[in-house]
Amino acid sequence: MEALTTRAGTWFGLLILAIMAAALAHDSLFAIHMTIVAIATGIGLWWTLYGSSVDVAGNWLRPANDQSKYDDDPVRWGVIATLFWGMAGFAAGLFIALQLAFPELNFEPYLNFGRVRPLHTSAVIFAFGGNALIATSFYVVQRTCRARLAFPGLARFVFWGYQLFIVLAATGYLLGVTQSREYAEPEWYVDLWLTIVWVAYLAVFVGTIVKRKEPHIYVANWFYLAFILTIAMLHIVNNLAVPVSFLGSRSYSLFSGVQDALTQWWYGHNAVGFFLTAGFLAMMYYFVPKQAERPVYSYRLSIIHFWSLIFLYIWAGPHHLHYTALPDWAQTLGMVFSVMLWMPSWGGMINGLMTLNGAWDKIRTDPIIRMMVWALAFYGMSTFEGPLLSIKAVNSMSHYTDWTIGHVHSGALGWNGMITFAALYYLAPRLWGRERLYSLRMVNWHFWLATLGIVFYAASMWVAGMMQGYMWREYGADGYLVNSFAETVSAMWPMYVARAFGGLLYLAGAVIMVVNIWQTIAGKIREEAPLTTAKYNPDADRPAVAEPAE
Amino acid sequence: MSDNNMADPAVKEVVKGHARLERNITLLGAAALVTVAIGGIVEIAPLFWIDNTIEEVEGMRPYTPLEQAGRDIYVREGCYLCHSQMIRPFRDEVERYGHYSLAAESMYDHPFQWGSKRTGPDLARVGGRYSDEWHVQHLENPQSVVPESVMPQYGFLAETRLDFEHIADNLSALSMVGVPYSEEGIEAAREDLMAQADPDVPAGDMQARYPGAQARDFDGDPDRITEMDALVAYLQVLGTMVDVNSAAAQEVLSGETGR
Repeated sequence: MEALTTRAGTWFGLLILAIMAAALAHDSLFAIHMTIVAIATGIGLWWTLYGSSVDVAGNWLRPANDQSKYDDDPVRWGVIATLFWGMAGFAAGLFIALQLAFPELNFEPYLNFGRVRPLHTSAVIFAFGGNALIATSFYVVQRTCRARLAFPGLARFVFWGYQLFIVLAATGYLLGVTQSREYAEPEWYVDLWLTIVWVAYLAVFVGTIVKRKEPHIYVANWFYLAFILTIAMLHIVNNLAVPVSFLGSRSYSLFSGVQDALTQWWYGHNAVGFFLTAGFLAMMYYFVPKQAERPVYSYRLSIIHFWSLIFLYIWAGPHHLHYTALPDWAQTLGMVFSVMLWMPSWGGMINGLMTLNGAWDKIRTDPIIRMMVWALAFYGMSTFEGPLLSIKAVNSMSHYTDWTIGHVHSGALGWNGMITFAALYYLAPRLWGRERLYSLRMVNWHFWLATLGIVFYAASMWVAGMMQGYMWREYGADGYLVNSFAETVSAMWPMYVARAFGGLLYLAGAVIMVVNIWQTIAGKIREEAPLTTAKYNPDADRPAVAEPAE
Repeated sequence: MSDNNMADPAVKEVVKGHARLERNITLLGAAALVTVAIGGIVEIAPLFWIDNTIEEVEGMRPYTPLEQAGRDIYVREGCYLCHSQMIRPFRDEVERYGHYSLAAESMYDHPFQWGSKRTGPDLARVGGRYSDEWHVQHLENPQSVVPESVMPQYGFLAETRLDFEHIADNLSALSMVGVPYSEEGIEAAREDLMAQADPDVPAGDMQARYPGAQARDFDGDPDRITEMDALVAYLQVLGTMVDVNSAAAQEVLSGETGR
């Protein structure tokens, strides 16, 4: 009872603080955000007081205290959040792709391209990708350590705190709260909140590893750990800023000009390197061997590629600033390290693909394995394209064009998307105790729609990027520039339409996934001609519990 | 795991050494953090001391309060997502956009707005290239001026009064991160802003504080100061502070090697 009073009192205190901050706000946008925080704390208070008496959605929101089972509630919520934010992020992407082809779709001020674009990038990277990473890391760290989550309450705080971060970031973009740092747009107070959530995340993750029952820390956890630590470092340094008012929504970056640019791209490139690469490689290192029912191909390769990958990635940022006012030596360093990065990247791809040694036939029979292999193939392709684009001579043409956008998407849609979908398909029946997915045939449909979507996307952006690059620098025989800028814009139209069509296919595949997983959660099984998948053994899926000696 | 040439002693040694890391989360975390910290330190830290990244060039001055307010709107609307402000030293870019950008030209840019994509053209030297009327019409309805344009419409800027009640706080925060606004300049921020946007307000020391600042009604609506006034004032100052053909600028340029 006393604990309940303390908890309710804390929530109430936070609620009052949020209301006061909203009332005293320096600007109306900060007031709106503090109102959202007040609503969130209000829900927290209500849940503390009455939560135990309501049955929200079946019983899966209830904390399970069965010590013989893993603590999977935050993972289940994470799977649902991943699906939800994924749909939101893909739909926002399709919307802004259509805006570029049909500018009438801009609705000022809140739905103009400049405000929705950060919404799209943050939704797919941090909301979709971030929830997938948090959920899978909580799942994987428990299994590979054979121990339950270290701080169950903190793990729940991480999940809900992260959702609040997403809501504040997303509403902020549409309202015009941004620091204009690509992939780090949220303002100072949202950054501080994310820092708190992230430290809690680190505590839960490391705490679980500390109480592990296995002597070794499994390779997937090295990657998760590097991801969590590095993102913390990048996030804190890149967001150093002085707020205009402690009750206001605007801040000014501590750095300016050249220093600010390199700090931002040191962050920006390593958001790719550690959020979208190291974190997702961690997923790969658990789910690919599990689904293939084979051990990881090479232990030594995983050591070499882990350390070289995390060492080299950090240096690659300056390749976003080729031929700018950044000093030449920094650009060259960035280029050289980006080219070297090709090797550890492919080390990861090879380690994943070769895990299928002796089980290659599963590509034909198991649509989830097929998705994983395809994800690794796209990982390999985009980590080859990346070093290519980082070469200064290539970059002089490709920079500022849609080629970069195409490159990002073959990585994001192909690698991050596909490996996440595969992991979700692996997780859904296991988390909800179902015999198998609702439909494996629908996984197949999803696979082909997504693949076709990526082909349309990447191909149209290659063409668009090269056209832009060459049209901008085209000289006529008379020694004058041939194309006005406006002509290069109108030349993009067919490619922008083709790209939007690719995005539509990708979104359609994701809709099929949502239906499939929803039906799986509901406990239904579709009647269809069989395909195979990895078997689930619920008896083996348990933490190690000390048994008394005979 | 299927390694079979573990007999190699060197390999054995590495694997044995690594086994220690794999058993100790503190060691593993510390080693990983050191590994990822190196690159950033080597690349970023020198930029705070190297001459050609911190050197001043004749003509650079902090933004006026009105220009800074316009810059804040530029940031808020995400203009940087489609427009770069960084001209690279290539023949076609210099011909299209003007002299390539100097490091010093963004020294008061908190945050920088170099951008990464040109869905629209570079804006680093757009100041003075078009009339105020053109900018207003273009922002309100880009397609009416450039039929091929895919730019969104920003008519609401002309309808929205600029909120500059607390503009001194903005300047004060900027001075904390190193922009040399004087104390008088911060105190007079509101007056300076009004003096620049409204020809009827006495200019006071505005011109002395911000040499070369263009003072006029920018949005064609002299009755009130709108967000359009601020944004156009910002666009009109872009790239105009430094005379890149002057002797001093040429000296700085000669120091920027390798471009």
